[in-house]
Amino acid sequence: MSQASAGAPDKPKKGSKTPKPPYVKPMSPHLQVWRWHVTMLGSILHRVSGIGLYIGAIVVVAWVAALAAGPDIYAQYLTYAANPLALVVWVPLSAGAFYHLASGLRHLLWDTGAGLTPKTADALSTLSIWFAVIATIAFWAVMYLDGKVQL
Amino acid sequence: MVELTLPRNSKVKTGKRWKAAADAKSGAVKTFKIYRYDPEAGGNPRWDAYEVDTSKHGPMVLDALIHIKNTIDPTLTFRRSCREGICGSCAMNIDGRNTLACTKGWDEFKGDTIAISPLPHMPVVKDLVPDLNLFYAQYASIEPWLHTKTPEPDKEWLQTPKDREKLDGLYECILCACCSTSCPSYWWNQEKYLGPAALLQSYRWLADSRDEATGERLDAIEDPFKLYRCHTIMNCAQVCPKGLNPAKAIAETKKMLARRAG
Repeated sequence: MSQASAGAPDKPKKGSKTPKPPYVKPMSPHLQVWRWHVTMLGSILHRVSGIGLYIGAIVVVAWVAALAAGPDIYAQYLTYAANPLALVVWVPLSAGAFYHLASGLRHLLWDTGAGLTPKTADALSTLSIWFAVIATIAFWAVMYLDGKVQL
Repeated sequence: MVELTLPRNSKVKTGKRWKAAADAKSGAVKTFKIYRYDPEAGGNPRWDAYEVDTSKHGPMVLDALIHIKNTIDPTLTFRRSCREGICGSCAMNIDGRNTLACTKGWDEFKGDTIAISPLPHMPVVKDLVPDLNLFYAQYASIEPWLHTKTPEPDKEWLQTPKDREKLDGLYECILCACCSTSCPSYWWNQEKYLGPAALLQSYRWLADSRDEATGERLDAIEDPFKLYRCHTIMNCAQVCPKGLNPAKAIAETKKMLARRAG
């Protein structure tokens, strides 16, 4: 850790005993005081949904693995997956996928150097969040109306 | 490293409340909740609340701070110099966003209370004065001067007006540190990530048609931490009191590296 960073002790002066406290500078408040912009929310949601999708990948791999393990185990997997309680996993997972998709496109555009004014960036971030909300509701509404999901 | 909470010695306690003067105009009183830390007294930092008659001072937050120091509590410590947004000394966190106290009007805040703390996630020297040594060292590390190899011309290094235009939005930076200390990536990795201000300045020299060290400059910042900790959170561009856009400069730098890699 560098000398100037928070929490680093100042060097005690020669000849003097260890300085009386405080010889460690306090760290100024950050998250405790910060008022968020939508771009900051968009960024943390991108991270969170990305981590969520890692967990989602495990669930999907389990599905494929169950398929490979034979009809009995696959049937069992489907019973678990179709349990209404499993919606607690599926709904956030689909929301995460929708958000990560929209937010990923936002990042793709930014990587070209476009859309980086605060105004446009705000709009893109708000749009990504609303897209995820609406797409998730629409997706599950269709699934429900189609009879694929029973509550 | 990501640490969402403050270290134990940095937790901010409730401090003193300075009541408004008896003759204060009702309706004109605003409360300034100000972060206080005295290295000589020790202990934890605290929030002191000053009830101020805003009809007694000028329109900016800095006017209020100077008024408090002059008439209420002379121990209040903060940096200020030009009072016109060009020196960058009075950068601080006002109502949850980094800005310059001298160009921010106190009437721009709707509530009765305005919270003022030092630039976020920095070691505090005293009250609103953060330790910016690391910040300046990072600026020095990008070698912010013209590098040339060709023999010096008789007069100045010439530049077309069009090439000069490429420096607009870059050269105006006053190094107030509002952007760098607004950036969560800089909060968590400030020993390794250069931060928006240093990277904007780095691009200022990369974009300069007269500079002949573009390759070396790119080599120096092509690093998973120095440059690529930028995740386009955009806090930097959102808060820059000069309206500059470090996020854009960083994106352009990444593009230069991608183009070079072919």
